[in-house]
Amino acid sequence: MTAGPRVGLFVTCVADLFRPTVGFAAVKLLEDAGCRVEVPEAQTCCGQPAYNSGDRRDALAIARGVIAAFEGFDYVVAPSGSCAGMIKKHYPGLFAGDPDMADAAQDLAARTWELTAFLIDVMHIGALDARYEGRVAYHDSCSSLRELGVRSQPRELLSLVDGVTVVDLSDPEVCCGFGGTFAAKYGEVSGAIVHKKAAQVVATGADTVVAADLGCLLNIAGKLKRDGSPIKVRHVAEVLAGMTDVPPIGEA
Amino acid sequence: MRATSHLFKDNVAKALADADLQTALYRVDKNFTARRTAAVTALPEFEALRDDAVRIKDHTLAYLDLYLETFERNVTAQGGQVHWAETPDDARRIILDLCQAAGARTVTKGKSMIAEEVALNPFLEANGITPVETDLGEYIIQLADEPPSHIIGPAIHKTKEQVSDLFHEHHRQFGKTQRLTEGGDLVAEAREILRPRYLAADVGITGANFLIAETGTSVIVTNEGNGDLTQQLPKTHIVVASLEKVVPTLEDASTILRVLARSATGQQMSVYTTFSTGPRRPGDPDGPDAYHVVLLDNGRSKLLGSDFQDILRCIRCGACFNHCPVYASIGGHAYGWVYSGPMGAVLTPAMIGIEASHHLPSATPFCGRCEAVCPMRIPLPKMMRHWREQAFDKKLDTVRQRWALKVWAWFAKRPRLYRRITRLAVRYLAWRGRPRGRMSDLPLTDGWTASRDMPAPQGSTFMDQWQTGRRP
Repeated sequence: MTAGPRVGLFVTCVADLFRPTVGFAAVKLLEDAGCRVEVPEAQTCCGQPAYNSGDRRDALAIARGVIAAFEGFDYVVAPSGSCAGMIKKHYPGLFAGDPDMADAAQDLAARTWELTAFLIDVMHIGALDARYEGRVAYHDSCSSLRELGVRSQPRELLSLVDGVTVVDLSDPEVCCGFGGTFAAKYGEVSGAIVHKKAAQVVATGADTVVAADLGCLLNIAGKLKRDGSPIKVRHVAEVLAGMTDVPPIGEA
Repeated sequence: MRATSHLFKDNVAKALADADLQTALYRVDKNFTARRTAAVTALPEFEALRDDAVRIKDHTLAYLDLYLETFERNVTAQGGQVHWAETPDDARRIILDLCQAAGARTVTKGKSMIAEEVALNPFLEANGITPVETDLGEYIIQLADEPPSHIIGPAIHKTKEQVSDLFHEHHRQFGKTQRLTEGGDLVAEAREILRPRYLAADVGITGANFLIAETGTSVIVTNEGNGDLTQQLPKTHIVVASLEKVVPTLEDASTILRVLARSATGQQMSVYTTFSTGPRRPGDPDGPDAYHVVLLDNGRSKLLGSDFQDILRCIRCGACFNHCPVYASIGGHAYGWVYSGPMGAVLTPAMIGIEASHHLPSATPFCGRCEAVCPMRIPLPKMMRHWREQAFDKKLDTVRQRWALKVWAWFAKRPRLYRRITRLAVRYLAWRGRPRGRMSDLPLTDGWTASRDMPAPQGSTFMDQWQTGRRP
C-alpha cells in the first residue's frame, strides 16, 4: 500500500461534543481517499469563542496549543469551514507580532484545509461509496464561502453520492444567524435571521438540508425542529461517507 | 441626536415587534442586493476599480493634512472659504454664524449625514432658522421627527402607507386635503410643496460625497436633483463635510464614482453628479454668491494610525447595510445613533465611546458579507473584533458572559481536564435531550432556546470513542 499523506484531523469542539458521527465520517472519507489519519489528543477547540469575544489572551493560548498539537502533519483537515478558517485565516494575524510563533502559525495555516475542499482540491476524489435517497439542500456557511472560497467542492462531492439531488437555497450567500456566541448573546436577532433561513430551506422542497459546519446545522435544525418541520438536518460528511443510519441532528 | 445605543437590546425587541418596520425591511432586502449584483457583474473591471479606489483613499489618508491644505488653498483661490470644525459643536456654531450673517430665516438642505452627525436641524430651529429637508427620504423623516435609518435611504424604514399618513397630516396646511396612496402621487405632492421653498431659502446646505483637493471642488451625487436646487438657488451655499471626504484629483473622484453608485443602488451612475467650485463668477448663469465648506473632524483624525483607520475609506454607499442580516432584521434605529449597519457598528464607538455602544460591534454573527461587498474593501468584521477587544478589556459584557467565557477557556487550555468535564456535560445533555434528540429549554441558554430548540449531543464525545478504538 502506498503511503498517502499524513493527515491530522481537527475534530472541532462541536463535532467532538455534539456529533461524533461527523468526526468518524471525516475519518472514513479521508481514509477512503488514501490518507493516513491521526487524531492528536491535545486538541480541544480552535479558540474562536475567545477570539471573537475580544479575549485575545485566551485565544492566543488556545491557538498555541493547536499549533503544537498539529506539528508535523502533512495536512490538517477540519469538518468545518469556520474552524478551518480560524486556523487558516486568523492564526497568522494573531501571531503576526510574535517572531517565535509567526512562522509556525503561517506554516499551520498553509497546511490546513476544510474537509470538502481538501477532498476535491488536494485528494482529487472522483468517486464515493455512498448512497442517499433524497432531495438535498446545501447551505453554505459564511466562513466556508467567504473566508475560504469553498462553494463548488461540497456540491461536487454530493453529486457523487447515488440517489442525491442537490438543490440550492434562494439566498445562498446569506448567513443563517448562528455566529457562535452571537446566537446566545443576541438570541432575538439570531432567531430572526434563522427564521428566514429556515423558511428558505422549506421553500426548496428538500427533504434534507446539509452543510459543512455544525454551528449552522445546530441552529438550522433547532429552528426547523422547533417549528415541527420533518426536514432532516445532517452534516455533509455524513451523507458523503454513507453514515446516515444515525438519527439526523435534533432528532432521536 | 441622543444616543440610545446602550439600550440596543430593548431597541431590538421593539424593532422585531414592529410590523411596519418588518414590512419595510423586507422590501430593502429584496431590492438592493440583486441590483448591486447585476451592476457589478456587468462591469468586468469592477474588482480592479475597487483596488484602485482603495489605493486612492489609503494614499489620501497617509497624506491627509497635505491634501486638506491643498483643498483649502484651492477653495480660497476660487473665492470660497473653508472653516475647520473640530467638534460637532464647532460645526453647528460656524454654520449658524454663516446663516445669521446671510440673514437667513429658512435654509434648504440636501441630504447630509454630517448634518445628522452634528444634529444641525434642532440647533438651527432653536436659533430661529427653519431647515427644510429636500431629499425625499430626509423630508419624510423630518415630518416624522425621526433620525435616518439608513445612510442612503433615510426613510427606508417607512412603508408607503406610513408616508401617505404623514403627508396627509402635514400637507393639510398647504391645502392638500386628499389622502394619496400611489407612490408617484406622493412624490409629486412633495415636489409641489418643496418647489417654492427652494426659492424662498436664504441658504442652501449640502453634504459632499467628495472634496477634490486639486480644484477645491465639492461633489454631490443625488437621484432627485434636489441637491442642485439646494446649492444653486440660494445666495449662500454651505457644504458640510468630514475630513476624509477629500481625494487628490478629479480623476480620483471619477474612479471612486464608478464603484459608488453600483455598490449603493446598482446604478452605473447616480442621476445627478454635481461639481461645485467656488461661488458664482462673473458671467456664470447661476450659482450662489458665497461658497463655504465646513470641515468636520469629530474624532476622525484620532483614527489615523489606529486599528480603525480603514473605516475612513468609507464612501457611504450603504452596501454593507443592504447585505447585513442583522440590519435586515432590526433596521437602523435599533443601533441607537446616526450611523447604523456594519459601518455604524465600527464608526459609532469611535464617536460616542465603546462604553455607550459596545453592543453594536458585538451584535453580529461575523458573516463577513459586509466586507465582501464593500467597494472600499474595509475589513469591517476585523474592526468590530477590535472593538470587542476593547469592550472585553473594559469588562463591558455581563458578568455571566465573562464567567462563561473564562471557565470555558480555562478548560479549553487543559485538554485532559477538558475531556473529563465535557464527557460529563455531554452525557447530561444527551440525557436531557431524550427522547426527542433535542431540548426546548436549557439553563443559561435562554437566548438560544427562546426561538429554537437545542439539538442534543449524541451521547459520548468523539475523543472518548476514538481513544477506546470504538468506531461505527
